[in-house]
Amino acid sequence: MNNIPLLMKREYWEHRGGFLWAPVWITGVILVFTVLGILSAEAFHSSSNIHMGFSLDELRSNIGQADWSEAGNALDMAQLMFGGVTAVGVFFVLFFYLLGALYDDRRDRSVLFWKSLPVSDTATVASKALSAMIVAPVLAFVVATAAYVLFLVLVTLWAGAHGLNALPAIFAAHPLGMLWRLVLTLPISALWALPAIGWLLFWSAYVRSRPFLWAVMVPLIVLMLNWWLGKLGAPHIPDDLHLAGILGRLLFSILPGSWMKAEGSTVLGSHISRSLNPDHVVSTFDPSNVYGLLAEPNLWVGVVAGLALLAAAIYCRQRRIETAA
Amino acid sequence: MSDAAANPIVRARDLTKTYGTTRALDHVSFDIEAGRIVGLIGPNGAGKTTALKAILGLVDFDGDLRVLGLDPRTQRAELMEQVCFIADVAVLPRWIKVSEAIEFVAGVHPRFSRKKCEAFLSHTKIAPSMRVRELSKGMIVQLHLALVMAIDAKLLVLDEPTLGLDILYRKSFYESLLSDYFDENKTIIVTTHQVEEVEHILTDLVFIRDGKIALAATMDEVGERYAEVMVNPDKADAARALKPLNERTIFGKSIFLFDGIERTRLAALGELHKPSVADLFVATMKGTYA
Repeated sequence: MNNIPLLMKREYWEHRGGFLWAPVWITGVILVFTVLGILSAEAFHSSSNIHMGFSLDELRSNIGQADWSEAGNALDMAQLMFGGVTAVGVFFVLFFYLLGALYDDRRDRSVLFWKSLPVSDTATVASKALSAMIVAPVLAFVVATAAYVLFLVLVTLWAGAHGLNALPAIFAAHPLGMLWRLVLTLPISALWALPAIGWLLFWSAYVRSRPFLWAVMVPLIVLMLNWWLGKLGAPHIPDDLHLAGILGRLLFSILPGSWMKAEGSTVLGSHISRSLNPDHVVSTFDPSNVYGLLAEPNLWVGVVAGLALLAAAIYCRQRRIETAA
Repeated sequence: MSDAAANPIVRARDLTKTYGTTRALDHVSFDIEAGRIVGLIGPNGAGKTTALKAILGLVDFDGDLRVLGLDPRTQRAELMEQVCFIADVAVLPRWIKVSEAIEFVAGVHPRFSRKKCEAFLSHTKIAPSMRVRELSKGMIVQLHLALVMAIDAKLLVLDEPTLGLDILYRKSFYESLLSDYFDENKTIIVTTHQVEEVEHILTDLVFIRDGKIALAATMDEVGERYAEVMVNPDKADAARALKPLNERTIFGKSIFLFDGIERTRLAALGELHKPSVADLFVATMKGTYA
């Protein structure tokens, strides 16, 4: 197990495109559109809202304390937006990364090379799960943060060109407060993602072909079967256990921050509101709020399920090499 | 392949593996001792690869198998510190860079010498910044061989290592293996269809057919047991009476292959030869695909 860091490096080598360059492209496109937005605003001498919730006219005519804090909140929202958009990227990258992680090397037979080295299957599977829990989300977060800094520079320059000082807005925002609060969500997201990580890695190790189909169709069919049994009046899992939410977590919990909507879809009940407060973004991510999740069985049931699925993935990895192809 | 092995590298007893209804290995028992180069030869689907996979812990099986005293099923990771494996070409991941492959093996393998690996690669056209997908088949095998030869392992398993390579790469592959790698502390097991190219390096021969061992002997024993005689047509019937394994005709003369017949009796029939492994193989496997 002491070679796990090197095994994770290996994952990074293979998936640099998804782990690093995908978030770079995503945030790059946002920044390009920001510049385009600024340029078109300049071209039309328009003072309409530029996707930040405050307009130049307002700022010029009547800058009060309330406006600054509103502008600050809008900047916090922008910071969250950079994190959120890259998080969606992380979801897609991880979904296909995990489905291929224990399947692609069997299909191209390079598994024979990896298995010829003194690396245990447990260490291999663990390195892939840890890459999904840590490497991809952290890299995306670093890229998103760097992009947000660039965004602030762009906004400051643009405001400066119009004789406005954007610094009070930035001071009214909570860039550092948001930063460390969002950093603190990373471990929660990693724990929350375990059911999906286990589920996708299990199918990746188990199937002889088409891991995607199995991973997606099995929950879908179970859901439809349960609904049908319910219609017939036969024994089935009742609605209040919210089967869709449970099965959904097997597929979607790798989306960083997806626990935010947790209270609506929980079997075991959640009493702390973790939905976004649009009027005061930064308070949504208060650690006492976020870490309340650690006190809920909902999270830990998922962790246990995820670890069980990972154990199943290790079992399959030890025994299955051939694919149908 | 003698039974008197005190501490064999590989010890198999009643090794059995079934895929569905076909028996890839059928109660196979054998020993492989240290310092040997064993050729595992058999027709397609005879169970060679299954035997190798069992030795490498890549497949589940029934029976008892010990490799370097370890159970490959449960102790694969420990075993792979002592065992190296090259399957037929193109099992190196195509995305990896040469430098990354070296860094990775150096990191996970306690017996890997980066110096040796780089020295071997310096005689090739392979550069550290190249990706495997940019290399030709022959270069990929060179890279794999460089990685493996830099590991001080006790057992090297080669499964059709030169399949699809041109003759220059094939020759240099076995030459490097013999001159730069093999010594009395190492053991090599090799399967190949290109029997002619390995026969001069083998010390032991195992023929496998339908999941059973058809022949297991040292090359010296093979030389003593088997003889080929070139017989004129007038003595052909006398030769047939001695129950040859095989008969073929070249330039009007019949060539008979005999197992365990006295040399003096055979010499009376015609000119004696040492049979090639390929001829022996063809004779042993007669009727396999019929």
